[in-house]
Amino acid sequence: MSVQDFALAAEVAARRRWSATAALLALVVLLCVLSLGIGPVRLSPLAVIEALFGAGSDVAQVIVREIRLPRTILAFAIGGILGLSGAALQGLLRNPLASPSLFGAPQSAAFGAVLVIALGLADVRSYALPVVAIIAAFGSVFALLAIAGRNAGLLILILAGLAISSFAGAATALVMNLSSNPFVVLEIAFWLLGSLEDRSFQHVALALPFIIAGAAILLSHASAFRALTLGEEAAQSLGVDVARLRLLVITGVALGVGGAVAVTGTIGFIGLVAPHLMRPLIGHDPARLLVPSALTGAALLLAADIAVRIIPSTSDIKVGVLTSIIGVPFFLYLIMRERRALGGGVA
Amino acid sequence: MTLLTATALNASLGSRKVLHDVSLSLAAGHLVALVGPNGAGKTTLLRALAGLIASDGDIRIGGDALASLPLRERAKRFAYLPQGHMVHWPLPARDIVALGRYPHGATDPARLSPKDVEAVLRAMQAVDVEAFSDRRVTELSGGERSRVALARVLAVEAPVILADEPTASLDPRHQIDVMQKLRNVADTGVLVVVVTHDLGLAARFADHVLVLSEGRLAAQGAPDAALSEAVLASVFRVRAYRAEFQREAVIVPWADV
Repeated sequence: MSVQDFALAAEVAARRRWSATAALLALVVLLCVLSLGIGPVRLSPLAVIEALFGAGSDVAQVIVREIRLPRTILAFAIGGILGLSGAALQGLLRNPLASPSLFGAPQSAAFGAVLVIALGLADVRSYALPVVAIIAAFGSVFALLAIAGRNAGLLILILAGLAISSFAGAATALVMNLSSNPFVVLEIAFWLLGSLEDRSFQHVALALPFIIAGAAILLSHASAFRALTLGEEAAQSLGVDVARLRLLVITGVALGVGGAVAVTGTIGFIGLVAPHLMRPLIGHDPARLLVPSALTGAALLLAADIAVRIIPSTSDIKVGVLTSIIGVPFFLYLIMRERRALGGGVA
Repeated sequence: MTLLTATALNASLGSRKVLHDVSLSLAAGHLVALVGPNGAGKTTLLRALAGLIASDGDIRIGGDALASLPLRERAKRFAYLPQGHMVHWPLPARDIVALGRYPHGATDPARLSPKDVEAVLRAMQAVDVEAFSDRRVTELSGGERSRVALARVLAVEAPVILADEPTASLDPRHQIDVMQKLRNVADTGVLVVVVTHDLGLAARFADHVLVLSEGRLAAQGAPDAALSEAVLASVFRVRAYRAEFQREAVIVPWADV
């Protein structure tokens, strides 16, 4: 094998990855346009594009740019950060079943947000909400990794994640239980289901800075995930500061998930599903999976949010309910596929 | 020429003290076998030498204090092969070997400099893994995978290689093959430290043997001196059959003392 052969093999693989990523990007753009066109007033893709760029009727412009654009931006950003967080956690833990929702991060963030709402500590549109949600998400992922320890197997991670999400759920239930105002309880219950409805640019401003910060942290450490393919010890021997990386990934995931949950409630399983959909196309390199997983997450949430608007039903279906209804069977399928590793006790 | 020295090395795992006052001095171009019963602290010593765990005492590599070197610089000087040749994702063998260039700033196997590609190819040629460079490591046999792991370590082109049981779970032919390859690397001027339970392989291939017992160096020196009858009896609690075959030392542990 010569230097040329080596370069050629790398280039062929790179070209395949690029075309997959480009196709994905096109799909995301298409879904954004569809998402902007769907609602009580249906707009054609052409009308949507016109309105976006300040042409077309005034009504269409108001609908697209002021009513629907925040919802679409949030679906894109939140789907994206959830997909990215899933891929980053899977890379950090070298584990295909890692994801924010299985580790109780969104549930914990939701508990933080619920606490703020129920105690009337702050207005629903203040920055207190995402900040407390982020702190709660950080606490949950940090606790999970501390409990599981270094080089934890699948079983320990899943069990610890189950315990933490159950605990966050119980804590949320306690807050609702103790709340004396039935309207607040009802509001919280609906909010927990996860929805992108009626979100404004204020919500975008609330979530986006944290999501962007989280994404920047996760993306800037991509290559360290590749070194971790060899395990923590070998990665450290190659010059990766594993302890620091752990802390940074937890921070990135907490910022993203906390910011997202604070404005939409819990939307689960996108982080688990997105990297899996990408592996057949992109390969298993955890560093290369980050961006495609983010795009897939964005596509999934955009599609789910379009679906809840066109599925005929008497009351609105919440998008968080839909992602879980689809995500949990997928999780069961993954368990079946990983059965051998799980049965062995350690992975 | 002395390359790696450790003076009064102490290390603990949790509250248990694992290494007691270990001092050693190892030369470039030597294959050093680190032997000792289970739990003697072999892996801990290897990790301490690579700076992967905290330890008291002074470690010097090529005249520099290990503690004063940043992570990246350590990574260029020590190539470390952990036990078990763990690979968590089914990446092509080529990408795994290319990770050896990570300390040199080549963090993306798709964008290697010509110099890095040459180092990777040299490493793959040295252990004969070019034929399956496109195959996923998880689909390779144990013997093939151990060679890919070895190639990854060679690609670092570090002056010191620390290998933790590189022959464990390999069949006899592959055990000999791996040791021979490490011997060849040492002959190019690299210091190779190998943890092994196989006293026969240690006696045959090593220039220098370190015998660790309960965290202390019980003996060290040339194989026949360090693996003397008295040391085998007191440290390993075995008697061994000893002979010479094709001008190499043969030691076969035979019965307990």
